[in-house]
This record gives sequence, C-alpha cells and structure tokens, in this order.
Amino acid sequence: MIFSFDLLINAVISGILIGGFYAAVTAGVSISFGILDIVNIAHPAFVILGSYIAYIVNAKLGLDPILTAIVMMPAFYVLGAGIYQIYYESFEKRGQESLRGLAFFFGVLFITEVSLVLYFGVDYRYVEAPYIGPTWHFGFVDIPFRIMVPCIVSLLLIAALQLVLTRTFIGRAIMAVAQDQLALRLMAVDPIRIKRIAFGISIATASLAGAFLIIIQPVEPSVGRQYIGRVFAICVLGGLSSLPGTVIAAMLIGVVESLTSTFYGPSWAPAVSFGFLLLTLAVRPAGLLGR
Amino acid sequence: MRTPAFLLVCFVIAGIVFAAAVAAGNDYVFFAGYVVLQYIVLSTAWNILGGYCGYVNFGTAAFFAVGAYSTVAVYKLMADSDFYPMPLPVLMLVGGVVSGVIGFGMGYLTLRLRGAFFAIATLALAVVLQTLVVNWDFVGGSRGAYILRPEVVPYIGSYIEYLFLVMLLLAVAALTIARLIERSRLGYGFATIRDDELAAEASGVPTLRIKLIATTISGALMGMAGAPFPYYIGYLQPESTFGLDYAVNSIAMPLIGGTTSWVGPLIGAILLGSLQQIATVTISSAVNLLIVGCLLVGFVIVAPNGIIGLVHTYWQRKPEDFVGRRRVETDAPGSVP
Amino acid sequence: MTGASATNNLLEVDNLGKRFGGFVALENISLSVPAGERLGLIGPNGSGKSTLVNCICGTLHNEQGSVRFDGRVVDGVAAHKRTHLGLARSFQLPRPFLSLSLIDNIRIPLLYTVAARGTHHSASHLDARCMDLLREVGLDGKARGMPRDLTQVEMRKLELARAMASEPKLLIADEAMAGLTHSEIEDILALLVRLNEQGVTVILIEHIMRAVMSFSRRIVVLVSGKKIADGRPDDVMRDPEVERAYLGQ
Repeated sequence: MIFSFDLLINAVISGILIGGFYAAVTAGVSISFGILDIVNIAHPAFVILGSYIAYIVNAKLGLDPILTAIVMMPAFYVLGAGIYQIYYESFEKRGQESLRGLAFFFGVLFITEVSLVLYFGVDYRYVEAPYIGPTWHFGFVDIPFRIMVPCIVSLLLIAALQLVLTRTFIGRAIMAVAQDQLALRLMAVDPIRIKRIAFGISIATASLAGAFLIIIQPVEPSVGRQYIGRVFAICVLGGLSSLPGTVIAAMLIGVVESLTSTFYGPSWAPAVSFGFLLLTLAVRPAGLLGR
Repeated sequence: MRTPAFLLVCFVIAGIVFAAAVAAGNDYVFFAGYVVLQYIVLSTAWNILGGYCGYVNFGTAAFFAVGAYSTVAVYKLMADSDFYPMPLPVLMLVGGVVSGVIGFGMGYLTLRLRGAFFAIATLALAVVLQTLVVNWDFVGGSRGAYILRPEVVPYIGSYIEYLFLVMLLLAVAALTIARLIERSRLGYGFATIRDDELAAEASGVPTLRIKLIATTISGALMGMAGAPFPYYIGYLQPESTFGLDYAVNSIAMPLIGGTTSWVGPLIGAILLGSLQQIATVTISSAVNLLIVGCLLVGFVIVAPNGIIGLVHTYWQRKPEDFVGRRRVETDAPGSVP
Repeated sequence: MTGASATNNLLEVDNLGKRFGGFVALENISLSVPAGERLGLIGPNGSGKSTLVNCICGTLHNEQGSVRFDGRVVDGVAAHKRTHLGLARSFQLPRPFLSLSLIDNIRIPLLYTVAARGTHHSASHLDARCMDLLREVGLDGKARGMPRDLTQVEMRKLELARAMASEPKLLIADEAMAGLTHSEIEDILALLVRLNEQGVTVILIEHIMRAVMSFSRRIVVLVSGKKIADGRPDDVMRDPEVERAYLGQ
C-alpha cells in the first residue's frame, strides 16, 4: 500500500462522483422499499435492462444513451405499474408478501438476468458517447467525464423526484400512502392506484440508472448482482425513504469503496458495501438520518 | 407413524435406491443422483427456516460453501499428518458445526429485525463470505482448490458410490429432523412465528430463541450438505460454489413442492432436480436456470401452496389426512387449501 | 380495595411515558392495581389505552417510567417472559394464528406458557383443557375449524380464550365485547366475573359503558395520553372533567 496524497484525493473524488450515480440507482428502491415497503430485490435487473436497451439503441442508431433512457422511461413506468399489479393481486392482497412476494422478485431477478445472458451472451457491452473519453485535469486531480456526467444528471433526477414527492398532489399522496391508507381512502384517493404509480416511477428511474451504468462501465448480465446489496445498504443507511439521506449514504459508500479499492485492491470492494449493510442492520437499522 | 418406524421405512427405501443405482451399472446415475440428494437436503434445510418460520434465506450458497471450504481447510491442514484423509462423516460434522455457528451469529445480528431485513442480510452475508474466501490463499483464493479423491472405499465400491451413499443418509437425516420438528412443540412455535410474531410473544413463545434454533439447524444442515462437495467436484472454485443457483433452487424447490411439510421440499427437489439434470445434458445450463426461475414465479403466483396444495385442491382432501399436523397456508377466502 | 399498600399491588405503573417520534402517546401515567381487582379502563379512541397495554405487556418499549408486576420490575423484560410471569392480554384487533385450527390456537399458550411454569400435561389432558376453554367462550363446536371461517365476533372470543389459556394472574381484555349482542355481552361478563372469583385480576378496556359500570369496582379514565380520573365508578362518572372530555362527546 503506497500512500500518496494524489491517490487519496482522486479516490475520494471519484468515490463522491460514483456515489452520485449510486444514489440514482437507489432512488427507485427508496420509493419501492422505503415508502411502499415492497422488497423489490429485482430492481438491479431492471437497471441492467435499461443498460442493454441503451446499448442496442446506441449500437444500432448511435443515439446518446441518456436520451434513449429518457425516451424509454414511460415504457419502464408501464412495466413497473404492471408488475405492481401482479404483485398486489398475487401477494399483497392475500397477505403473503413476506415469503412469496420476496420469492417472486427473486424469480424476476433471475429470469431477467438469464434471459439477457441467453439473448446477448456474457460479453461485456459498452456505449459510445462524446463525453466518455475525455478527462478533466486539475493539477493532480483527474475527473473523467464519463463519471461526472452521470453524477450530475443523477443529482438532477433526484432533485426532480424530491420536488415531485413534496410539491405535487400525487407525490404527497405517495408519501401519505406509506403512513395512512385509510386517510387516503377517506379523501377518495385509491391507495392501490397511488402505489401503482409510485412503483411505476420507481422502475422508470431504473431506465435512467441503467444508462448511467453503461456509461460508467462496460456491462454484462451478472453485474446487477453486485448492486443488490449496495442498493439496500445505501437505502437503509440513508434512512429508508429519505432521498437526501440516500444521496449522502450513497456518496459515503462510494468513497469507502473507492478508498478500499485503491489501497487494498478491488477484490475487497464488494465486501465493503455488503459489510456496511450487515453492520447497519445490526447496529442502527434506522440509518444515519433515521426516522 | 412414529419416528422410529419412519426411520426404518426411510432406511429401507434408501437401501432400495442404492441397490437400484448400483444395478444400473452406470456411474452417471451416482453423479446425477448425488446432486438431487444434495438438493433434497438443501431444500429441506431452507424450508425449516423459510417455510416453517417464514424467514427467507437468500444465502443458501454461503452456508453450503462454508461447509465445502471447511473441508478444504481441514484437508490442507491435515495433508501431512497421520489423520489424512479425514473420514467424510467427521468432515461433515465440522462443516455442520461451522455453518451452524454462522447461522446462529447471523440470526443473532439480524433476527430482531423484520423478515425483509433478514432476507437482505442473508444476501449480504453470502457476498461478504465469498469475498473473504476469494482473498484467503490458504483455501486457494480465486484460483480455486484441488481435492484429491481417494479411489476406492472398502465394502462399498468406488468413491462416487460412497459419496452417493453418504448424501443419501444425510437426506434421510434431514427429512427425519424436519418431520420431527413438525410434530413437536417446536413446530407449533415455528408456525406462530410465521403467522404472527407479536401474538406469539404475547402467548409466551420465546420468538428470538426459536428463530435462532431455526437458523442454526438450517445453516448446519446446509453446511453438512456442502462438506462432501469438494470430493465430489474435485476442483473447488469460489464463483460457482457461491453461485446464485443454489439460492434459487433451494427457494424454488420448497415453494414448488409445498412449504407446509417435509414432503414439499422432497417432491420439489426430486422433480426439479431431475428435470435440471436432464435439461443440463440436453440443453444449456442457462436455459435450465431460466426454467427454474419461470417455474418459481409461476408457482408462487398461481399455486402458492405448491404441489401439495394442488393435490389437496384436486382431491378435496383435508390436510390432516396428508400430513401429520393440520397446517394450512393462508389463502384467499373461500378457496380450498 | 383501593388504598392497599404498595407491596400488595399486583401491577404498579409508575410515571409511564411513550412517544412516537414527536407525538406524545402517553404522559405520566401512574396506576396501581391490587390483586383481585376489577378495573375498568375507559377513554375516547386514540387516548392511548392500547398503547398503555402494549407498554405494560412489553410489546412496546416505554422510554419513561417503570412497570412492576407481581413485585418485580419488568422494564426491558421480553413480552413472552411477562406472559410467563402471569400477564396476559387479548388484542383489540384480533390476531389469531391463521394457519392453525382453533384448538391449536388455544394450545399455544398451554404449550409455551403453562409448560414453562413447570406443569407438564399429557397430550389428551392438553386437548381436554383446550376444549374446556373453547367451551367457555362458546366456540367448542368449531374447534377443528380455521380462524378465517370465523365471524369478527367469534374471533374476539377466540382472542379472549387464548389469553385465558395462559392461566394468567392478570388478564387485560382489550375491547373484547365490540359488536356482541346483549346476551353475548352478559356471557362474557359472567365469564370475566367467574375468572375474577377464581383469583384472576382483570383489567377491562371497553366502550360499552353498561358493561364497564356493572363489572368494574374501580375505573381509570384516559384522555389524550393522560390519566384524568381514577376511582370508584360512581365518583368517576360524576367527575366534571370526565363528563366534559369523554361522556359529553
């Protein structure tokens, strides 16, 4: 371990930037798990799906991945709404969500990943875009564009989500459905519809997160698995439903992973976020900014 | 049927199965059969925590791999000693104890939380343990570990026949334990935890202690199933040993077979295990996993009580005719269990 | 009955407080219940009655104050241990074990609480005991049935029977009579009186004033998390604050 100040600073900066991206991936889970109490462990699979869609469109039509993802968001929304409907009818209504709901999402995760393997194979895929090559240099600090751009757009996405959740009627209804379904019904709002919309939004964010992912690194189907623990670690650490908490937790984990990778080697990095998760669950399940 | 009688019947069936396998004259039967038996143990073990108590464990691979790597560690430790090679039952005991301890520790850390957090924590455990093993050169790290398999075992035959027999006996043990639990006070305790933990506590059930018993037994059995694995496969690699297919299978088999009794995982493991052995030979292993995933999702949506549930619905039998105790999964009102 | 010295009291609640985030559910609740008492606990919806029960029984953790049961401090003691000590409650919203038959529902406290105290019964004795308890609440006909086939009223009776099954020293019945007919209420009241005569202390939480008045020897009134009255039924009912806060509504 050669300790050098440059390495340290660069590791911290790239950790923060990657953290911004992690926050975008986790935002969907903050909604589905933090607010709706649905353990959608298949969320990373939808992110990977978004990556592959960005890849095809980029390879065939040369379109920018982020633009593609934004165009695809309505489709992902519909997919999410449909999946929630199945989940609700099969599990939530019957009170079976703890065992069978969990198994359901696990199956979906698996099916998605294996289908991608069967269709695309296990080769790494990547996209081309004008901001993927260049790097900003400030003295000894290197900021690759391909990490910075997704980070910035991620933060914009989260800011937009926060606005929707706090300022719009639908957004506040979503926050309310977590706390008091009866009150919503008395206001002539159907809680199931609200949850469907929320879950749809959660999956829609996966589309964008997927584009970010394939910009930052080459993607193959099993990459999603690394994110299951990461995403739930960030979600729990950030206090479950708090989006600002998610951003802070994401950057924290990003920095710790980056430092571990730089000074101890990348083979230890997966243990970091998952270890964090175990630690958080054991010691402070309410998270850093817990409620 | 009382337990000693049940054990006797199991031994007789096991004897018949082994004799039939030997008579088949083809080593492949033993190789394929070993995998199916292994899954019987893994699904039964999973079901003790998942089906009986309602706590989902995504980290089957972790406990399985701990058993396997315990064997590797002992193998390397003893390589130059007089005790080499260690007899398999001893290795299984070691694997079982280590996995049981980890199961207990896991449980102690996370069982005070909701079931969802426990499930996520099991995922985390699997990755943390895998990372530890990958970075631990003594057991081979990411390069993997070679285990030399002895050629013959006296009285029984080739080594693969011995492995098959050992796994057969472990399967009998696992099924007997599961059945014993079902019929005991512990089985009632498990059911109350699945149904309503708060009400269970109020009725005097020591929920934490019981959940810890479940995780320990479940983890120990999985470790015991993993202990002979290095000898079976010859070359142990972290990627595949910690693979997610163990998790999918050990969840899919009980859910497809039926989680309410020991019969469910047995049916699920035999059906799904055999299907996969045939599929891997005829089609790719990726399609194989796809089938498992689709069956899991399909059954969980359409037939929540698994094959046992379907049998009941079709034959309109009361559950207490089929299994030792009346235990029926919650269903939509009006439908027959 | 009232005015017994502190050492005689079966249940002592001392300055109990409970908050949920910023919301104060209970504030400075102090209560003494001597053995053999028939206590009625009343108050408007949301006044904290069930929260108080949850804190006494260990289902919830109270940040402030202390609970003493049968001479020992039970703060921090797990709920199931409190049940072993002799504290039992029925839930306001029934929580039956849905995958077990009625008789098995009753069997659980017998297996885990009564057995924990050292009494070991044979299987047939257990069955007989379960049937007795079901008979007391009129559910013996459905012993092998499942909770999902019960009406709401029957589920409340099952709740009560299950609480009784743990052979408690103190039984807290949380709105067990909601929705019952006149004669059913009489039956449950008679049952509770019988229990009390056998030595069980009973705390009755109810909205049905007729039942509370006829059963209780003492009444405690809870409004918005505070205790506003504690005394003989006639005195409490005449208390102007009680009239204003509760009866007048």
